[in-house]
Formats: sequence, structure tokens, C-alpha cells
Amino acid sequence: MIDYINAITLLANYIIVPSLAYGSQLALGALGITMVYAVLRFSNFAHGEIMSFGTMISIFIIWLFQSIGISINPLPTALLALPFSITATIILLLILDKTVFRYYQQQRVQPVTFMIVSVGVMFFLAGFIRFLIGTSKKNFDDGERFIVKASQFKQMTGLAEGLSIRTTQAITVIVTILLVTFIFWFLNKTRTGKSMRAFSDNEDLALLSGINPERVIIITWILVGVLASVAGTLYGLDKGYKPFVYLQLVLPIFAAAIVGGVGNPIGAVAGGYIIAFSEAFITFAYKRFLTYLLPKEWAPEGLVQILSTEYKFAISFVLLVIVLLVRPTGLFRGKTL
Amino acid sequence: MTFFEGKNMYAGYGATMILNGCSISVDKGKITVIVGPNGAGKSTAMKALFGMLPLSRGSITFEGKDIVHLRPEQRVMLGMAYVPQTSNVFPSMTVLENLEMGGFIRVDDLSSTIADIFDLFPILKTKQGQAAGELSGGQRQQVAVARALMTQPKILMLDEPTAGVSPIVMDELFDRIIDIAKMGVAIVMVEQNAKQALQIADSGFVLVQGENKFTDTGSSLLGNSEVRKAFLGG
Repeated sequence: MIDYINAITLLANYIIVPSLAYGSQLALGALGITMVYAVLRFSNFAHGEIMSFGTMISIFIIWLFQSIGISINPLPTALLALPFSITATIILLLILDKTVFRYYQQQRVQPVTFMIVSVGVMFFLAGFIRFLIGTSKKNFDDGERFIVKASQFKQMTGLAEGLSIRTTQAITVIVTILLVTFIFWFLNKTRTGKSMRAFSDNEDLALLSGINPERVIIITWILVGVLASVAGTLYGLDKGYKPFVYLQLVLPIFAAAIVGGVGNPIGAVAGGYIIAFSEAFITFAYKRFLTYLLPKEWAPEGLVQILSTEYKFAISFVLLVIVLLVRPTGLFRGKTL
Repeated sequence: MTFFEGKNMYAGYGATMILNGCSISVDKGKITVIVGPNGAGKSTAMKALFGMLPLSRGSITFEGKDIVHLRPEQRVMLGMAYVPQTSNVFPSMTVLENLEMGGFIRVDDLSSTIADIFDLFPILKTKQGQAAGELSGGQRQQVAVARALMTQPKILMLDEPTAGVSPIVMDELFDRIIDIAKMGVAIVMVEQNAKQALQIADSGFVLVQGENKFTDTGSSLLGNSEVRKAFLGG
């Protein structure tokens, strides 16, 4: 019996808790991408760098607060910095919209052209961010590090396996729940949110109904700014901030949005968790887990790992290919690409 | 004075002229039907009347005012409503949300208008929580007409409202359209089912190559042997 509990604790510690946190970050990122796709109809490859920009502003604000001694111990100062980074990211997006995206919107260019434009914006932002903050890794998770420590947990329960929950993981999940709830409430219950969905559904009919496209686009960028800076800051808080990582992060985020059904907010959130959990389940070494569950003589000698962790990114793409082959509109029926 | 009139309209796409001086008019509470062979410019005439296609010549007057320079949204504000032939609902939104979006420009309470519309289309009341894209073709057309009615328009323009629905549903839709006209709304519609449409029409316009070929009351067009032979299949 105790073996079973140990096995489950092992899974919880190495798969469930980390994947919930990572999945939340992907979900917020994918929600941003899906909203740009639904309303502005293009795949925004700059989204990773927008998240990076938000994180960078968070770090600057945290440094400022730390230097003048403001903190909210035991919580990380990042929470205090979030409103500022959200504001800065929204301003950045509105400037980008006015100077770059609006022109192509008015020209009604092909989605492919628009995508390439977003790649250009991505490279510009990547350079801009490295210019301001450098390329080295920055950790900014101050405050209490753990809610539950592995050693404490072992002492408390007397199990052989420990379970640790980091503060940043808990904060990530809580903030994600709050933000996603807000976004869904906004989209489904408010007049403005409904007009965004109407615009996404049928642009011409939305115009005939007197919905102002300008307003819809601005509100979309504002929501995307909130989502991107929160997702980026939470990811950086959890794993440390390194500009290069955010370039890679855009890949699993896109996979999440497409697996869930691009353009569909519920799909984006579900897709985030699906990608995170599949990555963890497939790259986990099951040796210890099986040792607990199987009779002694059957205990495996190898690591029992399906794929090594280096192939983490490959998993999102394999999932992406399978979903596109079997159900091209995604699990939650988004738009066809 | 005619309530709504497009006079001597010339319009087209690029160098190709589709409308060559056609005129369409309708009076309050009356039904005007535009019929004609494929490619005669029926839908183009509708788009031109609603401002979705600029006129190169001609005039459009609404309640005596010249509205030729107004954009479609501005015409909606004036009291015009348009139901496109295809993609005329918000498919992922519920029937009720479709109605709310139809009345987006109104700042006052929509509930009494929604109640009136549910009286007119009782089936929509039972389906109000369902996504419009999941409804049958006939029900979807009802949603489309209902959405346009949300602004309480004085003139309703319908582009082939019965395209792709069964004859029974078609009769029902025509009945509803008559009901709407009785409330004092002017109706302009393009119809593929010319015979049935002319039966309910107060006036009919037969377009050929963007010009008015025949203009008369619905019943006299039906009685006109030349029209019958050429356009109504005998």
C-alpha cells in the first residue's frame, strides 16, 4: 500500500505539479496567440518576444523596488511589478499596431504576408530586448521559495518520496485561474467581449451591425498585452529569465493553440495543459515509479524513459502533426488554418 | 415622393459595368422584388443600394434625402438593414447573442424588441441558447432576418432569403416577410424563386444585364405573357 502512495507522490512531484505550472504558462501564451488569430487573423510569431518584453519590464521594476526596499515578503516582488509590466506591454503593442500591423490590416494582406511581418517584429523585439537587458540569465524569484519542501513532506508523512511545491508554481496556477476566468467572463458576458467574438465570427456582418473594428482591434491588443506579460513573467519567475528561451517558447505555445483549435479560447487553455503533460509524461524516467509498483524481481534495470528530455520540443510537434492529420481544426474545433 | 429609391444606377467591379442605369424603388410597408436571370446584377443592385459598392452614376434617396455618399454603417444608423445572401449570421454565437449583436448600435434596452422578434419567429425562442451555426438552413435564415430587425429598421433588404431552403420553409419565410411589411417596414428582396416571390410582391423589377426590362406590380408581371415566357418558365 505504502508503495502505491510513494509511486503517486513521485508522479505528483515530478510530473503533475511542474506540468500544472508549465501548462498554465503555455495556456496563457496560447490564449494570447489564439486571440490575435481569431480577431486579426494572423499567426503572431512575435508573441514569444512580447512575453519576453513584459518579463524584462517586470525585472526592471523588481530591481527598482529592491533597490528602494519595497517588497511583499513572503510573496515575490514580481506580483507587485506585474501591473507596471502589463501597462508597458500594452503600450508597446498599441505602438506596434499603429506603426506596423495597422497598415497591413488596412491593405487586407494575405495571412502569410502578415505572418512574415510578425516574424520581422519578432526579430526587432528580440534585438531590442537583448540591447536593453543583455543575454545572460536573470533570476528574480525573491520571497519564500517553497510552500511545501520535499524534506518537510517526508518528515510529515513518513514516505520515502518527497513532494515539493514551489511558491512560484502555486502563484502561476492561481494567477492563471484568475486571469482565464476573467477573460472568459469578458468574452462571454460583456457587450464588448461579445462584439469581439462577433467580429471574429463574421467580420462583414459585424460591420453591418455597427461594430467598430478599430475598437475591437485595440481591445484585443490590450487583452493580449495582459496575457503576454503575465505569461512571460510567470514563466521567468518559475524557470529564470533568459531572452533566448522565449524564442523557443513560442513553439510549444503555437502547438498548444493549434492542438486545442486555433481561434478557440477554451482550446488554447486545454492545449497548453495537454502539451505540458505530454512532454512530462513522455520524457519521465519511470524506473523508480515501476520499482514501487512491480514485484522486486520485475524491477526494471534501465531508466524506462520513452524519450530523453532533449526531445521535449519534438513532442509538441509530434502531437501537432497527429492532431493536424486526424482533426485539422483542433480538439475543440477552431478555425481551419 | 418615393420612400426609398435608387435611380439610374451605374456601378461595377473595376472596368466591368454590372449595373447600366437600373432603378429600384420601394414604399413604406410595401414589398419590392427584384428578379432576373443569373448575372443580371440583382445582388449587385442590392449592394449598390446599401452602399457596399460605389456608384459611378446615379442617385439613392431615402425619405427624400440623398444618401449616396453614406457608408453602410451610416445607412444602418438611418434605419436601413441588410441581410446578405451567405454568411449572414455569427455561427459560433448563440441565437440570443446574434440578436444582441444585431442591436449593437442601440444604447437602449433591447428586451422588448427581442420579445417582439420571438413573437414573430417562435422557433428562435426555443433555440435561443443554441449556436446559430448549428441550426438548420431555414432557422438560420430566420436568425439572419431577426438580426437585421434588431435595429428596428424602416427598410429591410434581403438578398435571396430563401436560397437553399425547402419549399415549406420558403412559404413560411415569405409569410413572415409579409408580416414584417405589415408592420410598416419597406422590403426590397432579390429572389431566385421568382414566381412565388412575385405573388407576394407589391412591385416587381425584372433586371436584364443591369437594366430594368420590366417594372410593374407583382400580379401584372405574373400575368404578362412575355415575362412568363422569358423568366418564369412559361
